[in-house]
Amino acid sequence: MTQAPITRAAEATPLPVARKIRGLSDRAIAWIFVGPTIFLLLAINIFPLIWTINLSFTNFRANRPNREVEYVGLRNYERILTDTDIWLNMQATAHFLFWTILLQVLIGFTLAYLINKKFKGNDLWTTIIVLPMMLSPAVVGNFWKFLYQPQIGLFNYIVAFFTGKDPSSFEMLGQVNLAPWSIVIVDTWMWTPFVMLICLAGLRSIPDYIYEAAEIDRASKWRQFWTITVPMVMPFLMLAVLFRGIENFKMFDLVVQLTGGGPGSTTELTSINLKREAFEKWRTGYASAYAIILFVTVFGLASIYVKALNKVKER
Amino acid sequence: MTYSKLTAVSALSLAAAGFGASAHAEDLTLCWAAWDPANALVELSKEFEEQSGHTMNFEFIPWPNFADRMLNELNSGGNLCDLLIGDSQWIGGGAENGHYVKLNDFFDAEGISMGDFADATVYAYSTWPKGSENYYALPAMGDANGWFYRKDWFEREDIRAAFKEETGRELGEPQTQKELLEIAQFFQEREIDGQTVYGAAIFTERGSEGITMGVTGALYPWGFKYENTPGSYDMEGAVNSPEAVEALEFYKEFYETATPPGYTNSYMGESLDAFKSGQVAMAMNWFAFFPGLYADPNTGGDKIDFFVNPPQNQAGSTLGGQGISVVAYSDKQDAALEYIKWFAQPDVQQKWWDLGGYSAHKAVLESPEFVDSAPFAGDFLEAMNDVQDFWQEPAYAELLLAMQKRVHDYVVADQGTAKEALDKLIEDWTETFEDEGKL
Repeated sequence: MTQAPITRAAEATPLPVARKIRGLSDRAIAWIFVGPTIFLLLAINIFPLIWTINLSFTNFRANRPNREVEYVGLRNYERILTDTDIWLNMQATAHFLFWTILLQVLIGFTLAYLINKKFKGNDLWTTIIVLPMMLSPAVVGNFWKFLYQPQIGLFNYIVAFFTGKDPSSFEMLGQVNLAPWSIVIVDTWMWTPFVMLICLAGLRSIPDYIYEAAEIDRASKWRQFWTITVPMVMPFLMLAVLFRGIENFKMFDLVVQLTGGGPGSTTELTSINLKREAFEKWRTGYASAYAIILFVTVFGLASIYVKALNKVKER
Repeated sequence: MTYSKLTAVSALSLAAAGFGASAHAEDLTLCWAAWDPANALVELSKEFEEQSGHTMNFEFIPWPNFADRMLNELNSGGNLCDLLIGDSQWIGGGAENGHYVKLNDFFDAEGISMGDFADATVYAYSTWPKGSENYYALPAMGDANGWFYRKDWFEREDIRAAFKEETGRELGEPQTQKELLEIAQFFQEREIDGQTVYGAAIFTERGSEGITMGVTGALYPWGFKYENTPGSYDMEGAVNSPEAVEALEFYKEFYETATPPGYTNSYMGESLDAFKSGQVAMAMNWFAFFPGLYADPNTGGDKIDFFVNPPQNQAGSTLGGQGISVVAYSDKQDAALEYIKWFAQPDVQQKWWDLGGYSAHKAVLESPEFVDSAPFAGDFLEAMNDVQDFWQEPAYAELLLAMQKRVHDYVVADQGTAKEALDKLIEDWTETFEDEGKL
């Protein structure tokens, strides 16, 4: 007779080990398994967070380990929240977030809807569309820099072809009014495929019989789209927005490669500014307060959003 | 102890003292920026390897990341570098934070005199506090921001005639900043040999130090000062003086009317590219690049010439260059000091210049042959007489980033006025010095 796996495992356990764990409760065994993970979580996430909160109330500078550290109360927070330059960085980040998410959702969903239709070369097109998101942001930043070059850049020539403007008459990366859009365009180009893939998963999860029932009820394609497709894809779409929102809130590499935060501080997103404060100016205490403010903002917004997402799922 | 034993012990001690380092060969690592002179130093250091038995390794970091990478290394107490050729502005932090070994005793013991090196370089690259006799580096690479231009274009009769007709004067090396701008504007979008060319490549980079190094090239000749009284941190009226405002407005006008399109975030590399590709008539850059530019087969030789940053109200050039320091966290300090001792020798310094490095040793600079040894040698000497450097305070990075932001906001992003930019700069710097406990 074949033995059950659990019996085989028990018999295979060496006698000394078996003796040791014989008296342990299920809860104790569970702790043994979960303990290392909890330890790592505490060491890697929770302790640094608490330490950062502690530092945020000091004037500590990591490049001056010998200098006396003073507790400055809420001064760092007060300085950050009353600094007009930081609010301009926040505005730049909000502009970037809003437009990238809006464009990526619209284009991503449209592409997914089109790709979901069965046609010849469907797989090939899917592969081509997802290529940008497989590239490194540093590489993307560098080659878009060339594309935006006013004298030799392809982008300027394409715009010039359609508008009749002189290609070197505008500078996507150098003009204050165009630079914020230049980073939106590149991020949209790179990450729309990600949104498309998630939407595609949503579209493919809708059972055909729902559409068949709608057909029997003589619902128009337009009505099917708004009453079946959109509501059923919505949780997936919201998930994509959450991922892109969190990612773009901490956007750094792509924008640094493209504009370095310029011209002036026009595209200096909060993460770029935070990096400068923390690792170039070495104002560690101040930068910790800055990081905590950003953390609370993202965490707060994400929590509200996740609640909304759960409500949509429950429908 | 018998005479023979005494002799034997003495001989062993002498051998240990004299050849100790050679007997114990070390792998030394020298850190510097990745640029032309670094290659010359690799070549030069082969002689040291032969003489000492030590092996030299090099860690060269591209300029845009050099400060970030090296300052992080020092701040974390890393021992990647035994020797560091660090930027002049790092000397304050290097000294106060204990990153660099103080070299006074070593110089005294080895008979190395700072009087043998150009005064401006000793002041800028070696001392902290400024003007004191505390030495933390040996001047390694003299440098300043200068200019080069297309001599072949300047000599063409059709271009000279057009310039004379437009300005009423002969085309030649500019004698003032305003003449410099006038020439650059003359070349802007001019057709030369069927190609549209532009006035000049200047520094506008935002991320590291670019635009500050460029704009100080205008500020210093206008008479810009960081403080009313040196050491007082009293900046009101100095940093935002009418002359400083005029200089900043001048730089903005230069950027807007005499540079190639898309030149919004450009530093050394972009300046070299613009010149070598025949895009600009003139360009600013560090003297360190001039040997390579002169040797360039397409735009060097007879086609290029050089000039010192033109004066306006006074002469003034932005200081570049570096001193060589021994890193305090190195466990091979003796061998590193040996390298500095070797490097300080006049004949090594002469070879350093011959290979393309910029020696700061008076034996080289004051030699009668020096001025004619390269087309830019005389300009280099002239520039080094009137150099000014940025703050060298331990908080220099913070001070620099503030200036990068304020100047880029005004010059490139066209936000506010020059006076407002300089007023905000004073606010930023005041906050930094207050945090430092100096105000």
